[in-house]
Amino acid sequence: MIELIAQNPFIASLLALVSLGVVFGALLGFAAVKFKTEGDPIADQVEALLPQTQCGQCGYPGCRPYAQAIADGDDINKCPPGGEATIAALADLLGVEAKPLDAAEESVPSVAYIREEECIGCTKCIQACPVDAILGSAKHMHTVIASECTGCDLCVEPCPVDCIEMRPIETSLQTWHWDKPKPPEDLIASDRSGASA
Amino acid sequence: MSQLIRKVWDIHGGIHPAENKQQSLQSPIQAAGIPPQLILPLAQHIGAPASPIISVGDRVLKGQMIAEAKGFVSAPVHAPTSGTVVAIESRLIPHPSGMSGACIVIDTDGQDEWISHSGVDDFRSLSKMDLIDRVRQAGIAGMGGAGFPSAVKLSTRDDKPIETLILNGTECEPYITADDILMRERAAEIIAGAEILRHLIKPSKETLIGVEDNKPEGIAALQKAAQGTGIEIVPFPTKYPSGGEKQLIQILTGKEVPAGGLPADIGIVCQNIGTATAIYRAICFGEPLISRITTITGEACSQPRNYEVLLGTPVQFLLDQSGFKKDDCIRLVMGGPMMGYTLQDTAVPIVKTSNCVLAPSAAELPPPPPAQACIRCGMCAEACPVSLLPQQMYWFSRAQEHEKLEDHQLFDCIECGACSYVCPSNIPLVQYYRASKAEIRQAQQDKIKAERSKERFEARTARLEQEEAEKEAKRAARLKAAKDKAAAAASNPDSSKTDLIQAAIERSKAKKADAADPAQDAIARAQAKAQDRVQDKGDGKVAAEDPAAKTERLQLLLASAERRLVSAREKLALAKEQASENVEAFATAVIKTEDKVAALQIEIANHQASLASAPAHDAADPAQAAIARAMAKRAGVSADESDEDKTQRLQNLVATTEKRLAAAQQKLSTAQEQNDANVAAFATGVEKTQSKLETAKQDLAAHLARLAAETPASAETTPAPSSSDDPVQAAIERAKAARAAQADMSDEDKLKQTIASLENRIARTQEKLSAAQESGDDKAEILADSIAKLQDKLASAKQQLG
Repeated sequence: MIELIAQNPFIASLLALVSLGVVFGALLGFAAVKFKTEGDPIADQVEALLPQTQCGQCGYPGCRPYAQAIADGDDINKCPPGGEATIAALADLLGVEAKPLDAAEESVPSVAYIREEECIGCTKCIQACPVDAILGSAKHMHTVIASECTGCDLCVEPCPVDCIEMRPIETSLQTWHWDKPKPPEDLIASDRSGASA
Repeated sequence: MSQLIRKVWDIHGGIHPAENKQQSLQSPIQAAGIPPQLILPLAQHIGAPASPIISVGDRVLKGQMIAEAKGFVSAPVHAPTSGTVVAIESRLIPHPSGMSGACIVIDTDGQDEWISHSGVDDFRSLSKMDLIDRVRQAGIAGMGGAGFPSAVKLSTRDDKPIETLILNGTECEPYITADDILMRERAAEIIAGAEILRHLIKPSKETLIGVEDNKPEGIAALQKAAQGTGIEIVPFPTKYPSGGEKQLIQILTGKEVPAGGLPADIGIVCQNIGTATAIYRAICFGEPLISRITTITGEACSQPRNYEVLLGTPVQFLLDQSGFKKDDCIRLVMGGPMMGYTLQDTAVPIVKTSNCVLAPSAAELPPPPPAQACIRCGMCAEACPVSLLPQQMYWFSRAQEHEKLEDHQLFDCIECGACSYVCPSNIPLVQYYRASKAEIRQAQQDKIKAERSKERFEARTARLEQEEAEKEAKRAARLKAAKDKAAAAASNPDSSKTDLIQAAIERSKAKKADAADPAQDAIARAQAKAQDRVQDKGDGKVAAEDPAAKTERLQLLLASAERRLVSAREKLALAKEQASENVEAFATAVIKTEDKVAALQIEIANHQASLASAPAHDAADPAQAAIARAMAKRAGVSADESDEDKTQRLQNLVATTEKRLAAAQQKLSTAQEQNDANVAAFATGVEKTQSKLETAKQDLAAHLARLAAETPASAETTPAPSSSDDPVQAAIERAKAARAAQADMSDEDKLKQTIASLENRIARTQEKLSAAQESGDDKAEILADSIAKLQDKLASAKQQLG
């Protein structure tokens, strides 16, 4: 047998390669079982980038399902509350091309407001709120906990008396900040003359 | 002098813009006076806005607290002069956003009437806490520009011992001379304030006052005032931005405050000299922070100078005193040219941090030329006092690469503007950094909010799932119970569902019965009770109860007990089904009820037995009752019947018997015609009826005869004379006659007559027999039998006779 192998270099090399393949295959298989990752790490990472408004504008019932869908290959441009920033972050994470947002415009950060004198206390909005940010009980006026509201506007639709409106979050002295300058500073002199010509 | 020149360090970068300080130093500090109206923003400091403690219409005195600190990092606000609060409302405030904020508006009365206040003669007699509290109550906030509440800064912790106290008299920004003039004119107050701070903080090593060497008069004044105190005045070369807290610390001590850290971390506390003065006045005179020194300068002002200004004084009021020419002013800047911001309106008030109002001409501070592309010349990096890489941060800021910005220590940027100043492309770099800082902070807040939203969403989802699971479990339990019941019904028909239904129907029937006659039931119960009571009263004799009533009562009790038993059993079944805890209790109840029912049944049985032994009273048994009735009737007939009634009765009897006889004869004749098998029976029936009729007639005749004998007058009432063509009537007549004859006959005659009639009947029967024998009828035997009987009778009659 050994003589046959020694005399036949083809069989020798074949045997060596096969045995190497078996050994490393076994190693890899063992590692795959031993170091198996629980859950879907990609979906977790994607979810961390989503704004968690739970608004469902992406077509999925919440941010987690959309994160799972993205991990499974769905488009990354379906999140209006996240806007371009989220798309850029997702593109960066997943190594794909950033696409323009799949919506007319980014949704403005807003907060639900219940016109309390019109509220009839039907509790429908309470059931609709994905983050339990509406307080109230049957036949009693409801109100929005503004600090917990994600501005998803899921409560607007179920209201039978249309007493809920979405109000853009106003800038206060505390939240005001400098805007970035937007002059056409990238143009060099020749470009500028070319652009105006 | 023997004083050695102290070693100072240098900071990286920095610039040397035109100082333009001498314009406002031409004249001494001037009191700005009392404007007609003061506007006091509630947020003049870093931290939570103060909260008003006066209301509209109140008269306030100078130095009176009108808004209290809200929280630890906050500062109160005091009325700068006496007057009336006319509004607490939103007014334009000095802020880069040009927005409004809550303000207290005071109409001054010009009297400048102080509230009673007093300082302490020897601050060293006061504890540290007491001193800090006085600083807090005086509303002192950092007057160099940031406005951090001084009391917070002075509350040093014991675990971070302070080596060095530094007073900042640098005032590196061009145009501003408020600190310079303060040093020149009030050096003694600064030193006094420094002494208080030194007492408070107790620096283990030294107390320094850092001043740029472009203020020789100020340095001289301070050195004069500080003689013998151990407070060291440290002049150092002029360079922008040496006045930054961290830069000054580095210049004076060579130490760098770590990124994101505080000077206290390296054993240093830094205060502005203006703040030191304010602290001195607060401690030694009890005066809160109600005024400050503000520089009004710029080419648009003909008389640039420093004013001692009441806080809340509108900028316009100061500009009016400074020969402000609005047309010359290209824009109004609050603060210096490097770090200040444009004011949109001159109605905004001077606040605790307002050190300068700059009104430059167009030539003096031209609008920035359009920005051009970054050429990566690197001049900004050379100028940066914090050794950052401004051009890199610029690119990252434009690309929104927040992570890289943070990696490049964006938050160490002091926004001094040196990079923008040196940029050959005129790029407003600082504005990018400010915007990016805000974006990053916003992103962090959004992240926190997103986390919280996620938590809340997950909590809600979990709650809904749990509710659903609970519902599902209940549903499953119900299904299982139903299946179990069905299985039990299949194996044990007694406890089947139909049984339960039957029980329910019975129960409802019982209820209906109850409901149908509740009044009677109640009456019966009441009667039973009343009887019980009567018994108890009446010698305790139970026997006094009417037996019938007792039976009724017992039966009622039994019925209700049975009903209770049924319902108890149902309850038990239900409890078992639901595995209730009360199963045992129900079982006990059922057993008890069963016992009761049994006891009642026994009692009833006993009662009936006792009734049976006293049959006279037996009304319970219907048969016996009927017997009793019949007996009573009989007794009544035999005893109480009147003669007429008897006549009537006998006549009736005779009539009915005759009718029966007629019917019997008819039947017999039909039977004979049809050769019926029952002819003989009918014949016997006819004979019997005839004999009965005869007896009845005899009775009637005897009775009538007796009546006739007793009352002859009534004889005519007898039916005897009433003759008729009716054969029946005729027969009756005959029978009557015969009876009448018989009545007179002796027993012997009667017997003879009987014998004759018997012989007659035998003869007739023999005729019939012979006829039957001839026709081969099977009645022959019966007839022969009846002949034999008649002959027996005849024989016995003959015997009696003979």
